[in-house]
Amino acid sequence: MTEITLPDKHVVVLERKNFQSLLDALSESGYELLGPTVRDSAIVYERIHAVDEFPVGWVDECEPGKYRLVKDKKKTLFGYTIGSQSWRRFLHPPTNKLWEATRDGNGFKVIQPEPDQIKRALIGVRSCELAALAIHDKVFSQGQYIDNSYQERRRNVFVVAVNCVRPGGTCFCASMKTGPKATSGFDLALTEMCVSNRHYFIVEPGSKAGKKLVDKLPVKQPKESEIKAAQKELNRAAAGMTRTIDSEHIGKLLNEKFDDPHWEAIAERCLACGNCTMVCPTCFCTNMQDSTDLTGQHAQRQRRWDSCFTVDYSYIYGGSIRNSVTSRYRQWMMHKLVHWQEQFGMSGCVGCGRCITWCPVGIDITEEARQLTVTE
Amino acid sequence: MATQQTSKHSGTGTQPDPMLVRPLQIQRIIRDLGDTFSLILQPPDGEADFSFQPGQFNMLYVYGVGEVPISISGDPARREILVHTTREVGTVTRAMRKLKVGDSLGVRGPYGKGWPVDKVENQDVVLLTGGIGLAPLRPMIHYLLTRREKYGRIVLLYGARTPEDILYRKDLEKWRSRFDLEAHLTVDHATGAWRGNVGVVTSLVRRSPFDPQNCIAMVCGPEIMMRFAVMELQKRGVADDRIYISMERNMKCGIGLCGHCQLGPTFVCKDGPVYCYADIKDIFTKREM
Ligand SMILES: Cc1cc2nc3c(=O)[nH]c(=O)nc-3n(C[C@H](O)[C@H](O)[C@H](O)COP(=O)(O)OP(=O)(O)OC[C@H]3O[C@@H](n4cnc5c(N)ncnc54)[C@H](O)[C@@H]3O)c2cc1C
Ligand code: SF4
Ligand code: SF4
Ligand code: FES
Repeated sequence: MTEITLPDKHVVVLERKNFQSLLDALSESGYELLGPTVRDSAIVYERIHAVDEFPVGWVDECEPGKYRLVKDKKKTLFGYTIGSQSWRRFLHPPTNKLWEATRDGNGFKVIQPEPDQIKRALIGVRSCELAALAIHDKVFSQGQYIDNSYQERRRNVFVVAVNCVRPGGTCFCASMKTGPKATSGFDLALTEMCVSNRHYFIVEPGSKAGKKLVDKLPVKQPKESEIKAAQKELNRAAAGMTRTIDSEHIGKLLNEKFDDPHWEAIAERCLACGNCTMVCPTCFCTNMQDSTDLTGQHAQRQRRWDSCFTVDYSYIYGGSIRNSVTSRYRQWMMHKLVHWQEQFGMSGCVGCGRCITWCPVGIDITEEARQLTVTE
Repeated sequence: MATQQTSKHSGTGTQPDPMLVRPLQIQRIIRDLGDTFSLILQPPDGEADFSFQPGQFNMLYVYGVGEVPISISGDPARREILVHTTREVGTVTRAMRKLKVGDSLGVRGPYGKGWPVDKVENQDVVLLTGGIGLAPLRPMIHYLLTRREKYGRIVLLYGARTPEDILYRKDLEKWRSRFDLEAHLTVDHATGAWRGNVGVVTSLVRRSPFDPQNCIAMVCGPEIMMRFAVMELQKRGVADDRIYISMERNMKCGIGLCGHCQLGPTFVCKDGPVYCYADIKDIFTKREM
């Protein structure tokens, strides 16, 4: 594994006691702040205003089918590893009105909703989540057709990434080559250091906007020892991940396993609940819902998240294409690890581990991929 | 970090939102069969230029009810009107059938890859279809007949359930009266005075006069029918890269953004609906892909 290093230029130190100044600077620049907080015993990303809303001292314990928050002695802001839900709901909302229409004689007129011009600062984006953002950029705004709604929201985003110094129990980003350190796609990247009686952040600007923001903060130059200490933590995190997927070969290997009996074995456990697709940061499937009000004078089209685990998803006249759970689990996994590559030139899995944690029966994509491709 | 903006991808403003539907007015309705009807559409005002490739489809929206993919079935040379032939099978198509002349229908498109118009010159052309499957092929037939001298033999093999279910009867009569197009019809169940073929349409392949080495075959119908069609064509010695099929999948967006139409690594709405058989035979033969 290659050694993780921090750049030797432009990196500054922000003391924990000054962290609110980062939030204030973003607010003053017109950003709505979205960041981690605790709700219903889980880390969620929500609208926040002040540092005391952060999950101070909370750490998440993730295992297949298990999630628990525990209090740590350290008063970290980002001591947890990852939010239960991904950032995608802010840029690609679970329900989203695409347009409205009104009756007009025999016909109707279509009215496009006002563009979403909210400036959003995403605070605490992990490296794997940056990779997921890059994937959605590719899906929604770099193909033949552009998704206006995504593009509007995306263009006004400020990203504050946080490097991972403690991999979660289900993470495998190192093997997917998406983490644990943020390398691109951020405005600022923080490494939180909470050692003995010192609590500070190494701040790395990743864009002009990031540099401009740093100029407004009470920061100082880092000592060499501070940089070294942070680098050590990052490398320890990368080495600490137990789960892996052979990201280089998995596509080809799995593609040959379409008829493998092991899919049936997975399907015997899988409930087809779709949790894995809902928590996945890269899933993008949607359904359309057309409706009218009671008078029939107004109609609208809503777009909603959908999941390939539902039977309706592949329904065509006469019956669904993917009736068996076997075929639906296979669609999910093959899309992530095989077909995505051909569709978008990248893997559809970033190694965040959410699908493992939030699967009610603890199905582990890394383990199933291994079972399917193991050669005796 | 904000996404990089290029002029081509600059979202709001410069590019029209592909999710927006355009209301068109129904000028005329043809009740083709008991459950099948054709809508002839024009803009409520102003000019129209509905250029499309034979085999492409539009997303059609019935106000307040829903939106479904329907192939364009008119003559591509007549760009001032848009023609769609639909069979009523469920919620949206039922509501569509209830529309009247003067009502509006929302349209987005044209989408997808059509029949291989650039591959057929100097070739025999075999068009093999059944039931409503004739609708997506009719523009292709118009296209071929407009440039008739460029092609070898043109053979249309069409199957319907009963003689009463034969679509585009007038067109078929016109085409059958030409000496430069051979149309062979068959029905599953003969009724009344039917004295033509009885049996599945794929069985016509064996006896059809075309050159397997120099032909392009275009097949449109239910998947099971297309499987047999491909087998029969292969038996005649037609190579896989000379066979084209039109696939059907659930579609919610038509433009590669909703995921529903995925067929292996492809999106039927963008990479299809028309595929060269050689390109997808590995996928096509897998169940529940
Ligand atoms: C590329 C393409 C071209 C088509 N061209 C034609 C045509 O020219 N004429 C025609 O009559 N039909 C055509 N169809 C089939 C047509 O789209 C379906 O009959 C229609 O979607 C059924 O909708 P419904 O709401 O009436 O039926 P329901 O049974 O109520 O269906 C519910 C939903 O399932 C989906 N669905 C059901 N059947 C199909 C299907 N066969 N294909 C795709 N989605 C389906 C739709 O989203 C539909 O709204 C085409 C399909 C595709 C994919
Ligand atoms: S097909 Fe399934 S796995 Fe793929 S993006 Fe859609 S919901 Fe996710
Ligand atoms: S793999 Fe797990 S989370 Fe996904 S559908 Fe099956 S049971 Fe649900
Ligand atoms: S119909 Fe939405 S992706 Fe093809």
